[in-house]
Amino acid sequence: MAVKSSFKNMVLCLLVICLVCSALLAGVYALTKAPIDAAAAAKTNNAIAQVVPDFDGEPVMSTVQVAGKDYTYYTVSKGGQVTGYAIQASSSGFGGALNVMVGMTADGEIFNTSVLSHSETPGLGAKCTEPAFADQFKGFNPFQKKLAVKKDGGDVDAITASTITSRAFCVALENAVAAYSEIAGAQVQECCGGCSGEGECCGCCKEEAGDGCCSSEDTCGQCAESAENVIE
Amino acid sequence: MEYLIIIISAIFVNNILLSQFLGVCPFLGVSNKLSTAVGMSGAVCFVITLATLVTYMIQNYVLDSCGIGFMQTIAFILVIAALVQMVEIVLKKVSPALYQALGIFLPLITTNCAVLGVALIVVTKEFTFGGEAHMLNLGESVVYAFATSLGFGLAMILFAGLREQLALNSVPKAFKGIPIALVTASILAMAFMGFSGLV
Amino acid sequence: MGKFQLITKGLVKENPTFVLLLGMCPTLATTTSAINGMSMGLATMFVLILSNMAISAIAGLIPDKVRIPAYIVVIATFVTLLQFVMQAYTPAVYETLGLFIPLIVVNCIVLGRAEAFANKNSVIDSACDGIGIGLGFTLSLTVLGLVREILGSGSAFGFKFIPGDGVLCFVLAPGAFLVLGYLIVVFRKLTSKK
Repeated sequence: MAVKSSFKNMVLCLLVICLVCSALLAGVYALTKAPIDAAAAAKTNNAIAQVVPDFDGEPVMSTVQVAGKDYTYYTVSKGGQVTGYAIQASSSGFGGALNVMVGMTADGEIFNTSVLSHSETPGLGAKCTEPAFADQFKGFNPFQKKLAVKKDGGDVDAITASTITSRAFCVALENAVAAYSEIAGAQVQECCGGCSGEGECCGCCKEEAGDGCCSSEDTCGQCAESAENVIE
Repeated sequence: MEYLIIIISAIFVNNILLSQFLGVCPFLGVSNKLSTAVGMSGAVCFVITLATLVTYMIQNYVLDSCGIGFMQTIAFILVIAALVQMVEIVLKKVSPALYQALGIFLPLITTNCAVLGVALIVVTKEFTFGGEAHMLNLGESVVYAFATSLGFGLAMILFAGLREQLALNSVPKAFKGIPIALVTASILAMAFMGFSGLV
Repeated sequence: MGKFQLITKGLVKENPTFVLLLGMCPTLATTTSAINGMSMGLATMFVLILSNMAISAIAGLIPDKVRIPAYIVVIATFVTLLQFVMQAYTPAVYETLGLFIPLIVVNCIVLGRAEAFANKNSVIDSACDGIGIGLGFTLSLTVLGLVREILGSGSAFGFKFIPGDGVLCFVLAPGAFLVLGYLIVVFRKLTSKK
């Protein structure tokens, strides 16, 4: 039943099929483009709503540069007052890139986190999306506690048998905190008035305070003897 | 250094057959004899590297710049099919000896999902080699593709060796053929899991 | 062969996974849970039915020598269509199955049915064949996913009924090969008795 092949009908046939298929695809692409964009936007909006405190209006998207890397973040506000930031941060996990949406309140606490995408091992590292691990970051103050797994002397309980993923999660959060410092630091006006005790947050400085708590202009730091606690 | 990480990762840690399940059909189909496994690996190696080079350029210089990224799947499979045909014709003319060794496997490669799989992975997935997540550039893509196909060859040849030994043993009737091969593959995959976390 | 037979033969006699051993890549890779396996099966069935119908409709017009490239273009078109629809309406599923959606193009089942059945039969028969083989594929992927999910994470279709972690190995790569191997043995035992 198949047609006998000749050069002319072979070329013609393939040409027609390709044309029809491309036209069909272009049509469907145009039809589904709006829903696809809407689905992507809904995903981001859901993640934002999950990680920041109650807000009204639309989250405002902007970017900030820390150490040569661009971070996308969304500012949310309620009644004209900024209530928090949702910051997209990433790090390299066990199986590939780990992308996390980190919500920070205006006073520097982590409100909640949401994993946007990961390629960790199912049943092991993939548990970073489960509440058992993720809930410990609710209300975590990165300026008072150390964002590192307990094995590394931090305050984070690692996922059993998935230290690398847990570390990567902490690194992603640290990146977000660094971005937050950059965002918030640019806005806070007051300077810290000296340290009240080791481990206490000293707020943000406009200029070098010289009291060992702030390392440089516009950075947030902790009052500590050890310089490693100063978030750069 | 980065290339070394890519190579080790692609061959051992994320072995295309045993941890990503791409190209399992030929893995089970033509692994009865060591000699055919070697031939198939050679042909796959050749085609994956070449196909990735071409599809990477098509994606970045044709599809993306024309804004028709959505034609990716259809464009890639056509390119791969055409490429396989071309390799077959060229090989026949230029090196009859090589054609004798690889030729019969070439038509099978168009529908080997490892080829399309690697081409798609390279242009869609972010890699974390060397810390930061980033898309691969042309050089890294080709190295990645070549290393992946070496991983394919390694798993394929190891597996064929095991199956040749297995053929001499008596296995329960219901296990004959593919089931016992799958159980063997499972043990091989367990061995390769030992590499995980290496890079 | 009646329409009903066309649909049911894919379930047992010509089961694509357990008997014909086709489409092994998605079978092994996406069956980490019953839901994932089922989604993959349904996605493949969608492409299979549409491409079977389209190919059977145009088979008479295609010159013999270029039929394979022509079929591949048709299949790739439907796969891309599926990608758009999934991205728009089921983005979560699309993300879980990831790479294996575009890879339906090179699934031997789809091209195999086009070549072995659709180009010689009527549109309706080809659609029935697509439904049958598609159902068989979906069913085997769901069963494989279910077994791996129960053993590996102690749950079925997402509902956890065994406390604890389960035997992790079954969710990972070695478990896929092992469970498929044993399921084929079980399938052979069951069908040979009949």
